[in-house]
Amino acid sequence: MADMDMTGAEMVIRALVDQGVEVLFGYPGGAVLPIYDALFNQDKLRHILVRHEQGAAHAAEGYARSSGKPGVLLVTSGPGATNTITGLTDALMDSIPLVCLTGQVATHLIGTDAFQECDTVGITRSCTKHNVLVKDVNDLAQALHEAFYVATHGRPGPVVVDIPKDVQFQIGRYVGPANIAPRSYRPQVKGDLGRIQQAAEMIRDAKRPVIYSGGGVINSGPAASQLLRDLARLTGFPVTSTLMGLGAFPASDSNWLGMLGMHGTYEANMVMHEADLILNIGARFDDRVTGRLDLFAPHAKKIHIDIDPSSINKTVRVDLGIVGDVGHVLEDLIKVWKAKQYRTQTKDLESWWAQIDQWRGRECLRYRASDTIIKPQYALQRLFELTRDRDAVITTEVGQHQMWAAQYLGFEKPNRWLTSGGLGTMGYGLPAAIGAQLAHPGKLVIDVAGEASILMNIQELSTAVQYRLPVKVFILNNQYMGMVRQWQELLHGGRYSESYSEALPDFVKLAEAYHAKGMRATKPQELDDMIIEMISSDQPVIFDCVVDKTENCFPMIPSGKGHHEMILGPEEDPVEISDEGRMMV
Amino acid sequence: MFGTKEPIARHTITVLVNNEAGVLARVIGLFSGRGYNIESLTVAEIDASSHTSRITVVTSGTAHVIDQIKAQLARLVPVQKVRDLTVDGPAVERELALVKVRGGGDKRVEALRLSEAFRAHVIDTTHESFVFELTGSPEKLDAFVELMRGLGLVEVARTGVAAITRGPAAL
Ligand SMILES: Cc1ncc(C[n+]2csc(CCOP(=O)(O)OP(=O)(O)O)c2C)c(N)n1
Ligand SMILES: [Mg+2]
Repeated sequence: MADMDMTGAEMVIRALVDQGVEVLFGYPGGAVLPIYDALFNQDKLRHILVRHEQGAAHAAEGYARSSGKPGVLLVTSGPGATNTITGLTDALMDSIPLVCLTGQVATHLIGTDAFQECDTVGITRSCTKHNVLVKDVNDLAQALHEAFYVATHGRPGPVVVDIPKDVQFQIGRYVGPANIAPRSYRPQVKGDLGRIQQAAEMIRDAKRPVIYSGGGVINSGPAASQLLRDLARLTGFPVTSTLMGLGAFPASDSNWLGMLGMHGTYEANMVMHEADLILNIGARFDDRVTGRLDLFAPHAKKIHIDIDPSSINKTVRVDLGIVGDVGHVLEDLIKVWKAKQYRTQTKDLESWWAQIDQWRGRECLRYRASDTIIKPQYALQRLFELTRDRDAVITTEVGQHQMWAAQYLGFEKPNRWLTSGGLGTMGYGLPAAIGAQLAHPGKLVIDVAGEASILMNIQELSTAVQYRLPVKVFILNNQYMGMVRQWQELLHGGRYSESYSEALPDFVKLAEAYHAKGMRATKPQELDDMIIEMISSDQPVIFDCVVDKTENCFPMIPSGKGHHEMILGPEEDPVEISDEGRMMV
Repeated sequence: MFGTKEPIARHTITVLVNNEAGVLARVIGLFSGRGYNIESLTVAEIDASSHTSRITVVTSGTAHVIDQIKAQLARLVPVQKVRDLTVDGPAVERELALVKVRGGGDKRVEALRLSEAFRAHVIDTTHESFVFELTGSPEKLDAFVELMRGLGLVEVARTGVAAITRGPAAL
């Protein structure tokens, strides 16, 4: 089989094609030139030239998160590799499957401080799920296939394959992806049936239950989102979700409580605090969700379904842990429920819902409207109303605008909401939107941005223009690093140290300089027409939405407080933050 | 929430890994990155044909931390098996020490006498020094080293703990 003999560079292309990869985000350089040469001669893979390797990583994340397929990137050694670190860490924190191929100096130069050498596997060891340096061309195909296996099996995550330049030139034997699985990595996907039975009984007996779902439902695939809906229907339980889990359960459903946690809804957090049963499905009791741990859900029995055994009992002790893929476990749980003909405690649930309706009555997302100045919440409400029939994909940057987007945009389906949750990476949204647009060419893709965040990867606008990707960047421009200002107001006596966005560019001219379309809205009355103009454009657009500079994001659990101690709005008395609370991020 | 006043216990954990580049760095990086203790760590290939190495880590922590350590180790890609010998025991633990003692006269005689009581071997000798080789539990080695301090101890090398369960059952 002489056709299986090829250069390392050709193997890279072949392995990606065999893995079903269609799009590859990358940036060339000395240590990957043989691979770029092999790319030149083929038409199966589409290479997207980004403008910064961080952009490649976030674009690959956006592609992955919106499509359910792994995202792939290719970068050179040294600075190319180090520029991906933030994206790799982001993908690790949010469990996004990435395969990152890095060039490396030739094997005989490794360890000599050669030009553009860095210890890529050393540097990325703690920010990847796995990584490997391939020193023999005959190991390359196996390493590439394993990288895809590891990235996409179990809890997904980023994998780096570091390929020295001489290995790219050498000729070796290619092997296909069939039957390749690392001998030591076998994540458990089916849950323990005895435990699932126990879970069904706890669900049957609950009087004040809540389903708390997370990104694991989305990672498990569309079937898991459907099963979550089925379970809510069967039980009548209220459903809340983490930031990462939005879209797994429809926001229009009457059982939906909204997001929980630091900027979650009052009703979701009160339900968590008063619940007697919390069913955690694919979430990880993140500190943004739990608030102060010793005040978290004091009355509740807790069930935790997670594919990663190390997530169970990590920070919150649970009564019943079930290791497995959310989709499989939910399927079995529903089977048990139906087979045993279990019924919920209808009477108790009725009074629970009555209580929930009272909490809902507080209307925690109300804000003071204005007809002279655009309130950021209003801008998002209008954006939502004017795009709700478009099944849009939304990405975000990080800050107040991100939290408002989570609060005011309703998601009906999974894979429509792409945001940097665990790492909170400013600069994520635009490249992620580019990745999502490539996965879904016909879809409306909008990056809800802040004026500070967008400048962190603004260069990717050039990528969008080059490939005619009509992404929309909707900047809620408050001329502040709003989230920083809000914390300074709350915790540091209003001393706004370095949080004012000084010397901002003219975003309309900036867009035009990139050959994109620029727009600016300053009055609430002009907003609707301009949003319609934005979404009907077939170009990339930067929409500079000039909003109230002083608005803060509510409701909020102040640091060091419990779920039941939310501040609902600016008119409430200032809270005392303990020294311990100030210590928290 | 996990109480901070839970008792701290010492555990010996055995990890079978694929013997590949970087695997030790991965295990050590896990301990340092997540703030876990390492009291001792030994590693060597135990089966060349299957490229399997065995790592023995002695660590300490609350029951919750120990569970986390095991779960975190188990999810490393090159890890084949994780066993807590302190929980799954009974197990035997052995460590080897090389102990150099310098001096003459009564102290030299006393060092030799004690080494016999500890069943240490003399593996190098000059007119003014001994090197003792001693195997045993870490506590036994500690005790011997302590005794040698007053008798001219100049240097110690220890391997760290290797451990295995008692009885016929295998890992
Ligand atoms: C890369 C990075 N650096 C710093 C931070 C800390 N940070 C969080 S939010 C924020 C301000 C974001 O400002 P902007 O993009 O204008 O959003 P706003 O809060 O005003 O909506 C900063 C600096 C971060 N999350 N990411
Ligand atoms: Mg801002």
